[in-house]
Amino acid sequence: MSERDDHELRVSKIQDGTVIDHIAGGHAPDVLAILGIDSSTDEVVSVGMNVPSDRLGHKDVVKIEGRELSQDEVDVISLIAPAASINIIREYGVAEKHRVERPDTVEGVLSCPNHDCISTEGEPVASRFAVLDDGVRCAYCETLIREDLAEHISV
Amino acid sequence: MLDRNHVITAKNLSRADIETVLDRAAAIERDPPDRERHAGRLLGLCFFEPSTRTRMSFEAAIKRLGGDALDMGPVDSSSATKGESLADTVRVIAGYADALVLRHPSEGAATMASEFVDVPLLNAGDGAGQHPTQTLLDLYTMRENAGGLTDLTVGIMGDLKYGRTVHSLAYALTKFDASQHFVSPESLRLPRSVRYDLHEAGAQVREHDDLDEVLAELDVLYVTRIQRERFPDESEYRAVAGEYRIDAATMERAREECVVMHPLPRVDEIAPDVDATPHAKYFEQAHNGVPVRMALLDLLLDDADSGGAAGATDDSVNGGER
Ligand SMILES: [Zn+2]
Repeated sequence: MSERDDHELRVSKIQDGTVIDHIAGGHAPDVLAILGIDSSTDEVVSVGMNVPSDRLGHKDVVKIEGRELSQDEVDVISLIAPAASINIIREYGVAEKHRVERPDTVEGVLSCPNHDCISTEGEPVASRFAVLDDGVRCAYCETLIREDLAEHISV
Repeated sequence: MLDRNHVITAKNLSRADIETVLDRAAAIERDPPDRERHAGRLLGLCFFEPSTRTRMSFEAAIKRLGGDALDMGPVDSSSATKGESLADTVRVIAGYADALVLRHPSEGAATMASEFVDVPLLNAGDGAGQHPTQTLLDLYTMRENAGGLTDLTVGIMGDLKYGRTVHSLAYALTKFDASQHFVSPESLRLPRSVRYDLHEAGAQVREHDDLDEVLAELDVLYVTRIQRERFPDESEYRAVAGEYRIDAATMERAREECVVMHPLPRVDEIAPDVDATPHAKYFEQAHNGVPVRMALLDLLLDDADSGGAAGATDDSVNGGER
C-alpha cells in the first residue's frame, strides 16, 4: 500500500522498534494486551487511538521503542487486527514493512475457554487453535471463538 | 486407512473409510474369523470414566479376534489420581499394547493422547466431544435396517447439545447426503461448533421442537436421553422430557418402515411398548457394537502389521467382500 498517512506524525518518530499501523479503531488496547504491555511496562510505548484514516475511517496506531515483534506475536495480532501493517523501524527509517498474514494455526497464545477441554488440564501440550475466516477453533475440543479473542490471550 | 491409523472423530472418517469398516463388519457377522486371527495381540483399555458396556464390547471384540485385553482398572486406583498426566499414562500403556481404547471425561482427550502414542488409538468417548465407534455401529444398524445409507431422512431427537453420539452421527450422515431433522427443546439444540461443521459440510439440516412436524417422513428416528442433571430443577426437566418421549401410539404416526434407534441406556424416552413393534432396533444396535468394533480392530491391527496406514488397506478392503 502506498497510502501516505501524515496522521502517523501525531505521535513522535521512534529510532528503533516497531510501528503497528492500521489497527481497527479502538483495538489498540487488545494489541497491547497481546504484547504483554500493561501499566507495569518500562518500554517506551506510544498509542494513537481513533486517528482519522483513509482506509479504515478511524484507526489505531501503536509504536514500541526498541522492540521488534516476533512472528508469534504478529500472528496473534493478525487475528485481532487483520488489516494491520507492521513497520520495523531502524535508525528512524522503515527497514521492513509488511501486512500481517493470518496463519493456519496459532500455538500457545490463546487459552481455550472450555473448562472441560484437555488443553486446560495441565497436560504437556500447548494450546492450539485453527484459524478460520471468522474466528479460531480449539484443535482439541473444537470450541469456536469468534468474538472477544483478546480475552483468551495467554501469552 | 483412517487418519494416521487413529479413530478420534467421526469427522475424519471418509465415506470410503466408513464403508470399509461396515463391509468388514458384515463379512465378520456372516463368517466369523478364526480365533487365531490376532492371537497374541493386546488391546489396552484406558477408561478414565466408567462405561461397562463400551468397555465390555471392546473386550469381547478383541477376544473374538483371538487377542486379549489389558484393563487399567477403575480410575480411583489408577495413577491418574496420583497426578500423572494422561499423556504419560497413555505413553506407558502404549508400550504394553498393540492398540489403545480411551474413554476420558475431558473434551479433546483422544486427540491429545494420540499425539503421544504410535499404536492405533480409538476414542471411546471424550466428554461431550466425540464417540466415533458408536457412530460406526449406528451407521451399520441403519444400513442393515433402512435399506442402505444414501438419501435417508433421519430424525435425531433429545439432548442434541451434550449428546456426543449425536454430534458424531450428524457429521457422518452428511457424507451420505442424508436429510437431517433435529428435534429438541430450545435449550438443548445443537451446539455452535456442530452447526458450524454441518454448515461447512453443506448438510441438509432442519430443526424442530415438535416431533410430529417430521415424524411421518422419517426413515430413521434416533432418540437420545435428556439428562436430568442438565436442568436446574426437577419440574423443568419433567416439563421438557415429557414432550420428547415416544411410545407405540406415537409410532403409529410414523412410516411402517421407520427404524427407531437409541444409543442406550434409555430411561423413559422410549416406552417399553415400542420394544415389541417392528420399529425397535436399539437392542440390535447395541449388539452390533461387537462386530463393528471387531472390524475396526481387525483393520487397524492389519495396518499395524503391514507397517502403516498406506499398507494393507486396498488388499483388506477387497479381501472383505465384493
Ligand atoms: Zn479446547
